[in-house]
Amino acid sequence: MSENNNKALIEVKNLKKYFDISVGLFRSKPLKAVDDVSFTINKGETLGLVGESGCGKTTVGRTLLNLYKPTSGEIWYDGKLISTPADIREFRKKATMVFQDPYSSLNPRMTVSDIIGEPLDIHKMYENKQEREDRILELMSHVGLNSEHASRYAHEFSGGQRQRIGIARALAVNPDFIVCDEPVSALDVSIQAQVINMFGELQEQLGLTYLFVAHDLLVVRHISNRIAVMYLGRMVELAEAGEIYDHPLHPYSQSLLSAVPVPDPKVARANKRIVLSGDIPSPLNAPSGCPFRTRCPHATEQCAMEMPPFKEVSKGHFVACYKVDEIN
Amino acid sequence: MALLEVKDLHTSFFTDAGEVKAVNGVSFFLEHGKVLGIVGESGSGKSVTAYSIMQILAGTGKIVSGSIKLNGEELVGCDEKVMKTVRGNKVSIIFQDPMTSLNPTYSIGTQLMEAILLHTNRNKEEAYDRAVEMLKLVNVNEPEKRMKQYPFELSGGMRQRVMIAMALACEPDILIADEPTTALDVTIQAQILELMKSLQEELGMAIIMITHDLGVVAQMCDEVIVMYAGSICEQGTADEIFYNPQHEYTKGLIRSLPSATTAGTKLQPITGTPIDLLNMPKGCAFAPRCDAAMKLCIEKAAPNIQVNEWHRSACWMCIKNGIENGSIVVEEETESKGGDNE
Ligand SMILES: Nc1ncnc2c1ncn2[C@@H]1O[C@H](COP(=O)(O)OP(=O)(O)OP(=O)(O)O)[C@@H](O)[C@H]1O
Ligand SMILES: Nc1ncnc2c1ncn2[C@@H]1O[C@H](COP(=O)(O)OP(=O)(O)OP(=O)(O)O)[C@@H](O)[C@H]1O
Ligand SMILES: [Mg+2]
Ligand SMILES: [Mg+2]
Repeated sequence: MSENNNKALIEVKNLKKYFDISVGLFRSKPLKAVDDVSFTINKGETLGLVGESGCGKTTVGRTLLNLYKPTSGEIWYDGKLISTPADIREFRKKATMVFQDPYSSLNPRMTVSDIIGEPLDIHKMYENKQEREDRILELMSHVGLNSEHASRYAHEFSGGQRQRIGIARALAVNPDFIVCDEPVSALDVSIQAQVINMFGELQEQLGLTYLFVAHDLLVVRHISNRIAVMYLGRMVELAEAGEIYDHPLHPYSQSLLSAVPVPDPKVARANKRIVLSGDIPSPLNAPSGCPFRTRCPHATEQCAMEMPPFKEVSKGHFVACYKVDEIN
Repeated sequence: MALLEVKDLHTSFFTDAGEVKAVNGVSFFLEHGKVLGIVGESGSGKSVTAYSIMQILAGTGKIVSGSIKLNGEELVGCDEKVMKTVRGNKVSIIFQDPMTSLNPTYSIGTQLMEAILLHTNRNKEEAYDRAVEMLKLVNVNEPEKRMKQYPFELSGGMRQRVMIAMALACEPDILIADEPTTALDVTIQAQILELMKSLQEELGMAIIMITHDLGVVAQMCDEVIVMYAGSICEQGTADEIFYNPQHEYTKGLIRSLPSATTAGTKLQPITGTPIDLLNMPKGCAFAPRCDAAMKLCIEKAAPNIQVNEWHRSACWMCIKNGIENGSIVVEEETESKGGDNE
């Protein structure tokens, strides 16, 4: 949330990630989880990533960090292309991930200090035991955990505390960039607020850059500078957070935003939801052309021909739709 | 006569560590065709309240005292035979965790049809059609194919929708929905909520909606109960709770929400740690975390104070505020509608 100085830290160019899925005994078929996605994230910026379940958000995050090998496409970090295994190793120290589920992503049989210390061990980031210990305690205090908690096991903690442990672990390597994959979805409203504040504070203190995946659009709006909307492996819209909330242009973004339950009864009652009809297509059999056209109330033949280009329609506002002008 | 009347319900778990007072004097009414929301922190007793109504408490759990009347008939202490007809026929529940309530060894179709045959007057063929229709309604694609599949073959969100289909297929008088849409994304959530709302209007079904999501409450509920540490700390119409919250916990909850105007600012979480039900404080359970707590709050829990015709709150602050601005008339007795745990 700090001001962005418009220098790209992360550049993703035409990223694709296809999984081979076997259909029948000897045949397999590509599941296009991420299909030709490009974006940049500036230093100190938070880019929010939203879209319905299964649209490829987690896969974008994992492929970006090279936890999955990209099928094709380029990832640039701080002006350098990540290509050799040595680049990847270096990159892993600069870019980490906080996982969705605080209940299953931490090994319950490890102590808090082992969990946070593990990345330090992997990257051999200390000279001696004392240094390791000091670093662990420093990380714990960063995220508001008590030093007495160090020797306790993960299962002894509440959801919010576990999420703090996960964040401390992600911070261990001194990253510049963190992929936050639904880091607050499993938390209570009031604990959620604590963890969101912590992300903001850490960003200010350490100058972090975030890719923030979440399904709660009010949370994403709160935390992000810009927001990207995905649908079935494609990016369909990208703009400043306020802009996308006030003027969503893609029909999918419009229906998504209209479906957000607003915690205000009068607004909620007056809210006209755009309810989509039609089945959600499977990424194994994605429709030709625009992936959204099978559920889109405005689709025409043109939409079935080819994926609409991702065009800048006003400054910093990108959208992939042939009908933008007609609809809006 | 109310469809459901819960009066001074106390439910505890008798564990090795002691008695966990999970529900501590909860009282409320539910009328036909109304939607009642229950919100509150994790562990505040929302699910246990629901399980008490259904009498499906886990091993060590027991209704200690209180009354639960369905159409005037007392359920606490009644025969298990009676409860069997209540569950499913009159009251059905969508569980928080869909895996606990779907049987992994039977196909989706078998389970749906069994529920329909048991609880409605349909023959096998009609039950099949009804099952397919319900799956369509909750937006499960290729319903005929899904009927033959087993729970593990479906995604989490799909299992949750099957659960919802099963609960609704029985056309209950009361649907208890315990976090029914947490595993769904917003567009499907919107469809499901709309479906519940239309069934509620068409069939006059009443709904108890348990959720963390205040957005869902705002959209769905006529009345809202806010729970803290096993008790109701505030209850009233949705408008009263959202626009005129009186209990400090409710205020904190609403304050902590992100919104369009909070971007770039700090959120205001409720500080402190959740309460330990084994060691309840003497006074108001929320006092240790309450910024506005007074000496009185620590010594004695507030009774339920009638804020206005549609709204009650168990917080001393509303008396203090009310006396200060002269708007509140203090009631002498409180006929122990929750909150007052002496
Ligand atoms: N390891 C994998 N092998 C095969 N398919 C996968 C794998 N990981 C993801 N997929 C598929 O890729 C698609 C995108 O999945 P992904 O987890 O990225 O979605 P998501 O947007 O993060 O969804 P959610 O909001 O539910 O977390 C889905 O169809 C999913 O089934
Ligand atoms: N089987 C059990 N044995 C002992 N204690 C239990 C049991 N089930 C629930 N409890 C306790 O009862 C209290 C209320 O639990 P309940 O499940 O009703 O919370 P909840 O409000 O539904 O929370 P959540 O929002 O997390 O679902 C909790 O403190 C819980 O630890
Ligand atoms: Mg994901
Ligand atoms: Mg619960």
